[in-house]
Amino acid sequence: MAVVAVKPPVLSIGPLAWIRKNLFSTWYNVGLTLLAIWLLYALLKPAIQWGATEARWGVIEANLTLFMVGQYPRSQIGRVWLTVFVLAGLIGLSWGVWKNAARGFALIALSAGAAFTLIALLYRWDVWTQWLIAEAILLIFYFIGLYLPRGALMAGLAWFLYFPFIFLVIAGSKYIAALPPVPSNLWGGLLLTLLLTVVGNFGALPLGILLALGRRSRLPVIRYFSIGYIELVRGVPLITILYMSAILLPYFLPIDMRPEQVIRAMIGLLMFEAAYQAENVRGGLQAVDRGQYEAAHALGLNGSQTTILIILPQALRMVIPALFNSFISLFKDTSLVALIGLFEIVRIARSILAQTEWLGTHREVFLFAFMIYWVFNLALTYGNRRVEEALGVGKR
Amino acid sequence: MNIKALWRDIRFLKILAQMIFIIVLALAAGYLYLNVTTNLARQGLTVGYGFIKNPASFGIGESFIPYQPSDTYGRALLVGLVNTLVVSALGIVLTTFVGVLAGVARLSSNWLINKFAAAYVGVIRNTPLLLQLMFWYFGVFIQLPGVRQAIRLPGPVYLTQRGVYLTWAEGTATFPAWRIYLIVAFISIFVIWFVLRSMQKRAAVPLSPWWNLAYLLIPALLIWLGAALQPEPPLRPLIPELTGLNFRGGLRLTPEFATLVFGLVIYTGAFIAEIVRGGIQAVAKGQVEAARSLGLTTGQALRLIVFPQALRIMIPPVTSQYLNLAKNSSLAIAIGYPDLFSVAGTTFNNTGAAIEIITIMMLSYLSISLFTSLLMNIYNSRIQLVER
Repeated sequence: MAVVAVKPPVLSIGPLAWIRKNLFSTWYNVGLTLLAIWLLYALLKPAIQWGATEARWGVIEANLTLFMVGQYPRSQIGRVWLTVFVLAGLIGLSWGVWKNAARGFALIALSAGAAFTLIALLYRWDVWTQWLIAEAILLIFYFIGLYLPRGALMAGLAWFLYFPFIFLVIAGSKYIAALPPVPSNLWGGLLLTLLLTVVGNFGALPLGILLALGRRSRLPVIRYFSIGYIELVRGVPLITILYMSAILLPYFLPIDMRPEQVIRAMIGLLMFEAAYQAENVRGGLQAVDRGQYEAAHALGLNGSQTTILIILPQALRMVIPALFNSFISLFKDTSLVALIGLFEIVRIARSILAQTEWLGTHREVFLFAFMIYWVFNLALTYGNRRVEEALGVGKR
Repeated sequence: MNIKALWRDIRFLKILAQMIFIIVLALAAGYLYLNVTTNLARQGLTVGYGFIKNPASFGIGESFIPYQPSDTYGRALLVGLVNTLVVSALGIVLTTFVGVLAGVARLSSNWLINKFAAAYVGVIRNTPLLLQLMFWYFGVFIQLPGVRQAIRLPGPVYLTQRGVYLTWAEGTATFPAWRIYLIVAFISIFVIWFVLRSMQKRAAVPLSPWWNLAYLLIPALLIWLGAALQPEPPLRPLIPELTGLNFRGGLRLTPEFATLVFGLVIYTGAFIAEIVRGGIQAVAKGQVEAARSLGLTTGQALRLIVFPQALRIMIPPVTSQYLNLAKNSSLAIAIGYPDLFSVAGTTFNNTGAAIEIITIMMLSYLSISLFTSLLMNIYNSRIQLVER
């Protein structure tokens, strides 16, 4: 066997080697690296200069509450905290019950809570206690979840009840003394954005499932109706649908029914999202193996039994990641309700810019609004990936 | 015939179910129709498209077809539609470049370029377009320096508060004669393709890639020849120059138009980048290895093996991004660009014809969507794998 003289490896570890391998491996990579450095310099230098000297970040601190809850009565803010506490409890409970699948979201919630506590302490805001309480609740419910009998059922039920619960707490009722009604035109900011997203996303799911089943139906009338609805909604911009529900909807209702603007926006979002959810669910339905239908048929199940007991549970499990993705995109899309006059984050930002003392702070305000969306979506994306891994979607 | 037997007959049940569905649908429609007529009657409104012929009497900031406030509502809506179409078409072309560039950058082995593209995609995809448009408009485009301190880019292109001034060209008297050469040059591309293909069929070995230069040289020669044969040059450059308080010459893009196109291109480009990256990564690694072992160079393997397969995966999602871009152009209303949605909104405010306006709007967007997806479907079916 011939002896081959292998050259000693030239500096294969260490920062210098890393730089050579990743930045200067070929002549064009040298050029690209230099281009990128120049671009970074050209973009970052004025940006940092502006951020450190010119920008008036005080506008954010002065209007933080407005960003979070809009015009929600300041005396009733405890109700918003209540929904946050219950949410923390639910996340903790889910973590204890579902372990891996919910761990991503739980860790995000924990670190976000810790970060908010620190920020509040740093700026000497008094909300740090609330964040600390939320953290404690999350951990307590984690341990409860670990030992809860029939945990999955209980947690599922709790989540299901959570959504009407939020509405009750935020909107209030004239029959409960502790929760005086808060008119919906006072809801705003991140609170309103989240409410609209949750309603639009989860409320549209049943309708989406029906439309998806309809689209795969063997009855032509139902199939063409479903196709027509889905393609019509997907072919027009969301803003036209929101306009329709804001302006046209009252015409289609009896004279004594004039829903509030928020409700109209929710109906518009529901109609819109149902078509997109239907396509998600259809993807799941198509991914269910043919053998499942045949096996169900062989066992003597009829059509609706097969769909409800065999196909849908498998299909829905497969579309959980897609549903999270549409949650993220709806979270962004709710910004369009600003154009029909609701005070969600973007509109709040515009209204802050109209305050005389903060004129001309467009960049600061918009950048902060960007950050809210970005941080939220990053967290959701991360949590979604953990869920996906835990469910083994695409692996099994 | 036995009634009970009918209840077990699947064909009968199917028809029955559909009949019930139609009846329920008709009842719901009837109920809604009743409400609409009552509501309209109470407000003293009638539904009809007569208003289309009335003078609009509102100005439109910019239009690509002639328009004055004395024109009809129909004309105003047409102006809006054309504005939407121009923004969409321009946006689709530009966003393809941005998206492919960013998608390839995302796959670069160069760490800095890779992370640069990742940051772009991550930030843009996770924030709402409406907010981005407002940021670009209020935070960047109308905060550009005034005309006298304009930022000069090579071209020259001037960025100012009043808009973007581009160097452009204008046809002269000889332009119509020259246009024929342009058309011939365009047709020559197809002829070259045909000739090269038949040459390739007869040749035993692959043609030298230098032949592809013909696509560039022959049309260029034709265009140049056409221009040289004219008594005076068919195109005159329009270079923006600062005269007095404003720029003269050149092509002016309003801040609204520039923001909308820029915002839509940046936003959609991030989505296309992810599709491009996913498409290229989805091509099985064995394909590249097989190509390399057959003796193709890395570049050839990419061009002949990877890209055609990746394209097949990318076309359907890219189509839906194009459609999104066209639909998202309706957000123009937030920054004051007079697109279809914005003009329709003004028309609604003036006439109160809610049902008619929303119908017109939805039908227009629907036809844009259907037309775009028709084109993309034709393209898709041409490049789709033909399975045996």
